[in-house]
Amino acid sequence: MAKANFEVPELQQYLDVPEVTPGTMAHSSPFVSRPEFQEPLGFPGELPDDWQARALDKMGELLGKYRSLRVYLDSCVKCGSCTDKCHYFLGTKDPKNMPVGRQDLMRKVYRRYFTLAGKFFPKLVGAEDFTKEVLDDWYSYFHQCSQCRRCSVFCPYGIDTAEISMAAREIMDSIGLGQKYCNEIITKVYRIGNNLGLPGPALADTLEGLEEDVYDDTGVRVRYPLDKKGVEILLVTPSADFFAEPHVDGLVGYGKVFHEAGVSWTLSSYASEAANFGMFIGSYENMRRVAQRIRKAAIDLGVKRIVFGECGHAWRVAYSFLNTLAGPWDFLDPRYPVPQHICEFTHELIQQGKLTFDKSQNDDKVLTYHDSCNVARASRMGPRPGGQFDIPRAIIKAVCNNFYDMDEETIRDRTFCCGGGGGLLTDDLMELRVKGAKPRVEALNNVMQEKGVTHMAAICAICKSQFTKVLPYYGMEMDQIVSLHQLVSNAIVLTPRGDEDEGDDGDEDDDDGSEDADDEDGDSD
Amino acid sequence: MSFLTGLYAFLFYFATVVLLTGLIAKVVQYARTPAPLKIPTTPAPTTTGGVALRMAREVVFFESLFRGNKWTWIFGWVFHFGLFLVTLRHLRYFIDPVWLPIQLIQPFGVYGGIAMVLGLAGLWARRFLVDRVRYITAPSDHLILALLVLIGASGLMMSFVVHTDIVSVKDFFRGLMAFDLHPLPADPLLLVHLLLVVGLMIIFPYSKLLHAPGLFFSPTRNQVDNPRERRHIAPWAERLEQE
Repeated sequence: MAKANFEVPELQQYLDVPEVTPGTMAHSSPFVSRPEFQEPLGFPGELPDDWQARALDKMGELLGKYRSLRVYLDSCVKCGSCTDKCHYFLGTKDPKNMPVGRQDLMRKVYRRYFTLAGKFFPKLVGAEDFTKEVLDDWYSYFHQCSQCRRCSVFCPYGIDTAEISMAAREIMDSIGLGQKYCNEIITKVYRIGNNLGLPGPALADTLEGLEEDVYDDTGVRVRYPLDKKGVEILLVTPSADFFAEPHVDGLVGYGKVFHEAGVSWTLSSYASEAANFGMFIGSYENMRRVAQRIRKAAIDLGVKRIVFGECGHAWRVAYSFLNTLAGPWDFLDPRYPVPQHICEFTHELIQQGKLTFDKSQNDDKVLTYHDSCNVARASRMGPRPGGQFDIPRAIIKAVCNNFYDMDEETIRDRTFCCGGGGGLLTDDLMELRVKGAKPRVEALNNVMQEKGVTHMAAICAICKSQFTKVLPYYGMEMDQIVSLHQLVSNAIVLTPRGDEDEGDDGDEDDDDGSEDADDEDGDSD
Repeated sequence: MSFLTGLYAFLFYFATVVLLTGLIAKVVQYARTPAPLKIPTTPAPTTTGGVALRMAREVVFFESLFRGNKWTWIFGWVFHFGLFLVTLRHLRYFIDPVWLPIQLIQPFGVYGGIAMVLGLAGLWARRFLVDRVRYITAPSDHLILALLVLIGASGLMMSFVVHTDIVSVKDFFRGLMAFDLHPLPADPLLLVHLLLVVGLMIIFPYSKLLHAPGLFFSPTRNQVDNPRERRHIAPWAERLEQE
């Protein structure tokens, strides 16, 4: 068991709604950003004296720019439907982690300065001045929301706390009170091209290593190309896929699927990051800047399609926002949706019977599947609503013999966040991450006891990193979390391409099969 | 014309103006504020027809609340449906001759009144009994519940205990609509009932009662899930592209 300097919650057999215990997480707050990570994003370096006036100005601006914010601050009737839905409340008991409790931190300020009732009768309607204490609460509790949208499923008006916490973070950034983790990462994307700050040569090295490993394992030359021009597909994947476990096993899997599909593809060192932390901080401008890198890479490399690797919030930005932020994509092949998810790609090949699997390769595992929050509630896969639930499960069932779902209340659109999403995957929030993981780990534990499940597959870099770190706190093994395409990778039967003995300079051969594959893939979606 | 009639006539004109202008201003504000990103809570309908159906299920059955909390759902739905019946029943004070459906609904309207008060009682009880709901309750939440309960109770009292001269009440309201004042019966219960209704009309556009128009403008519920097929862009975001 990992050591903790806080109390790790005990796992229960049934979902246990805790009694409200104010202030249990008031001490939790992430490191504040420094000027060097603020200015590249267009934010002031530190909190000015007139922060209150500036924050209220910004709030007024956002109220005029985002209908969601305006409508959601007005509409809440305090019915309580959301109060037991947030994993952070369930794990910490802190009422300011109830979605409505979190929203009210902003709503009380909104009412005080932007509504008639709050101006004249503040006490009556729970309106409050925007004091330094309130700002401190904002910084603490708006960094205890993973923007997973579970609350929005159960709200009779669809109020999405993610919209409120994004706006709050944008307001705080605009007065120089940014979060170090997110803003440092975005700075890295601007400087280097990805969240982890891996430069092009390091990526090339890693990919070459992967090619060697796969060749050693299978005797088949599977390519992992970087910055290759004129290919069919640009793969954009979270940078954790380049080296972290179990992420990298997923990347190995993507390459094998592309190999079997016979399509040419490449990664880009310029757009070597699928995740878009601009969303976490609610900054349209930064989200757009990050997304534009993908457009530029697609144009520069002359690709025809864009496929995204396994990443949750990244897929939200990709599926829901990419067309808005970096479209129109009229220069890409119109026969395919832009962008596509790697699961959509793999699933289609499975349906067409183009992939051969030896399912017994995964017989050492009994699988369950974790629906990543932003894939589940903020995106889709395939042509039909709910494809984001069915397609990954269909892939798992095609490559594994043993699969059981967790409790129905905790999967699909009711899935629990891993506890590390939305810009909270940082060591300075470890207590929050461990406690926030409780509802998910509880459901996992139950299915382990009842069905003998040994591993949980996920399609999100954050989920994978979070569980790797957090499961040991609950007495589980870090390698119980696996990439979905790692399972595909284990089971897929590779076809030699004929360049197995030629060494490294046989790259051109990869393109041979691509023309045929194009035509057959034509009627996707 | 008595002072009372004049006062109530003024109050109703005033409340109507406040309600209409306030509500229209809010609806215009919601409609004009752009939703720059596609944020439907998924799985979401992929067609406009599907969205209309989703919205209808929310408005008529409170689908999301049903999934969220069964107690709040049953009390909330009983209250709103009761209120709906009561409102239909009250249309008879404003139209002449009374339309057939409104005539037919009259007896159900009384049950509606009872349902409304029972539903409100359940909702109010939750504000005391459930610690999470107690924590999020502000004084105004109690006041609005009190207002609605008193409106319902005073109305039911007039149905079952102390009747008022409803023919004169109808004359009064028909008169208001024609700007031709007729005397209002000076029954205390009626005056209380009407005063509270005036209060409700006035606070409507300035309180959480805005959830009624708000639902229709909620992007997580009213957006079509088609971001890859259609480019969605707000005017202010489009300006960024020209820079």
